[in-house]
Amino acid sequence: MERPLLAALALILSALTPLCVRAEATPSPPRQQWSFDGIFGTYDRAGAQRGFQVYKEVCSACHPVKHLFFRDLADLGYSEDEVKAIASTYQVTNEQPNDQGEMYQRPGRPSDPIPGPFPNDQAARSANNGALPPDLSMIVKARDGGPDYVYGILIGYKDPPAGFNLLAGMNYNEYFPGHQIVMPPPLADNAVTYADSTSATVPQMAHDTVTFLTWAAEPNLEPRHRTGFKVMLFLIITAGVFYAAKRKIWATAH
Amino acid sequence: MAQTSLGATSRVIRWIDHRLPFVAMLQHELYEYPTPRNLSYWWNFGSLAGIMLVVMIVTGIFLAMQYTPHADLAFDSVERIMRDVDWGWMLRYAHMNGGSMFFAIVYIHMFRGLYYGSYKQPRELLWILGVVILILMIMTAFMGYVLPWGQMSYWAATVITNLFSAIPLIGQNIVTFLWGGFTVGNPTLNRFYALHYLLPFIILAVVLLHLIALHRFGSNNPLGIDMRGPQDTLPFHPYFTIKDLFGLTVFLLIYSFFVFYAPNFLGSSDNYIPANPMQTPNHIVPEWYLLPYYAILRSVPNKLFGVILAFGSIFLLFIVPWLDTSPVRSARFRPVYKWVFWLLVIDVFALGWVGANPPEGLVVTVGQIATLYYFVHFLVLFPLIGKLERPRPLPVSIAAAVLQSGGGARLGDAGAPMAKS
Repeated sequence: MERPLLAALALILSALTPLCVRAEATPSPPRQQWSFDGIFGTYDRAGAQRGFQVYKEVCSACHPVKHLFFRDLADLGYSEDEVKAIASTYQVTNEQPNDQGEMYQRPGRPSDPIPGPFPNDQAARSANNGALPPDLSMIVKARDGGPDYVYGILIGYKDPPAGFNLLAGMNYNEYFPGHQIVMPPPLADNAVTYADSTSATVPQMAHDTVTFLTWAAEPNLEPRHRTGFKVMLFLIITAGVFYAAKRKIWATAH
Repeated sequence: MAQTSLGATSRVIRWIDHRLPFVAMLQHELYEYPTPRNLSYWWNFGSLAGIMLVVMIVTGIFLAMQYTPHADLAFDSVERIMRDVDWGWMLRYAHMNGGSMFFAIVYIHMFRGLYYGSYKQPRELLWILGVVILILMIMTAFMGYVLPWGQMSYWAATVITNLFSAIPLIGQNIVTFLWGGFTVGNPTLNRFYALHYLLPFIILAVVLLHLIALHRFGSNNPLGIDMRGPQDTLPFHPYFTIKDLFGLTVFLLIYSFFVFYAPNFLGSSDNYIPANPMQTPNHIVPEWYLLPYYAILRSVPNKLFGVILAFGSIFLLFIVPWLDTSPVRSARFRPVYKWVFWLLVIDVFALGWVGANPPEGLVVTVGQIATLYYFVHFLVLFPLIGKLERPRPLPVSIAAAVLQSGGGARLGDAGAPMAKS
């Protein structure tokens, strides 16, 4: 009876696939190779650090990363001193007022959340043609297609096809649903200067940014993959032992 | 006093057992408990469901220690669990995917019951208690899905609670009452949290009743004939404890695969966007295990009638023991029902597909046909086939069938001569 059991599970799984494939008129973005793919996937630290640089110098002009703290950056391979140095380049509002009851600004500390560009959503909308630049710390998990989709948006800017009615203040993006996106093309060749002399082409920067943003959305992916491997190995061995025991016990039952 | 056969029972246990025969009860219900010797692996899913309930309660309690049930804080508190609580990501992913696993197990368990006629006399109440558990599970899962307060949480809560507005005259009042306000908001979240914590323990209580009813007559079996004596049975321990343990390990492999390698595969990406009452998601879709009901709901142009059919599709299960007029339990001996059963399986998968896709064109047609078939299956085919079908002869006893199948080399396939293929 084992085979029908597996067949039933396969059937269930295949029935679930429509959930993840939402057919849209927009073409699906090209699949990329990611360092975090697969059951042994890890984050490419150098790529993620470069991605953080792109975020800091380009994306952060409009987009917050609400769920990230400076201390989290240690995960990307920054030393404690480097994290402190990065944090101190930001001005943050202290959580508590001072002795005179006034809120005040001070340099950031590793325990602070990374501050966003706008004090509130209204300010963000008002500065961006009425659109709210979404929080990027969850963006890879919050979009169908995940990393490939975000990458597609970053490289997907094109001239609109003839006859396409592009509204004022909008930009044409091949991979954005409906193709009309408020965000102007965020990346241009050499928009940043990488410290490790990687050539800052648009696809390179997009790839690095998505590596950083995937880490931001799923910082525990590496321990998850490592733990999963141990758990699966343990279960496979246990299943073997139990199966042998079952055969032995049932051998006398006839 | 209950007679225990615990050989080396310590005097303390004997002293307690004389006054509170708990060990004797466990001895009787988990050790000696006579079980049909021909149970297949399809009978693993009952114990798996019980274990899954415990996993959900345990992970849920630890999550509740970190979660904040407030409309402004819930979403962020879930993210704090994922990022900053030690092993929080594992707890949360185990709970999230555990819900899917729980439903998958229970659905297989129910289809097994339908195939082998496990609901028939004298197990009608056992089946009915199972349907009660399913309804409680759906309520619990729905309210649990609202707690992360993402976009899909919020809009699922809005859509589902709004179903009650279809009730004539007092519908809108009921919806306001459910919400605790004039929209889905903080009071809604708070009461859903309270109920989401409460209902699993009610499920636990109904599971106990389910077990009491089960142990009254013992398990049904692939042959669907009664146990007639010791030659038909094996003690639960060690035969079925080891079989259940092996099945459990295989199940945990599948479960772990989802938790560790595809934790968001079964979920909706929209639920990683914080709830926004001002913006409706493109497609509001429930979790996969509710898609068939959702498909039935949407297949009817009239809201009230759609709600009645969607709820009716579950409540219908209560009367299944009386809709099925066949005296034979197992589909192995029912040449027509054996095939019709698979039509229902296909039908439910079709409904799932319909529920997952926007209701346009072909999806609508398939949905309406599948909805119609679902009700025809139970209300027309069940009584009709039972009356018209000529069942094949039943084996004399379980033991006879086991011996007949060639020395009983593989007990899991007992009765194989009658099985298809």
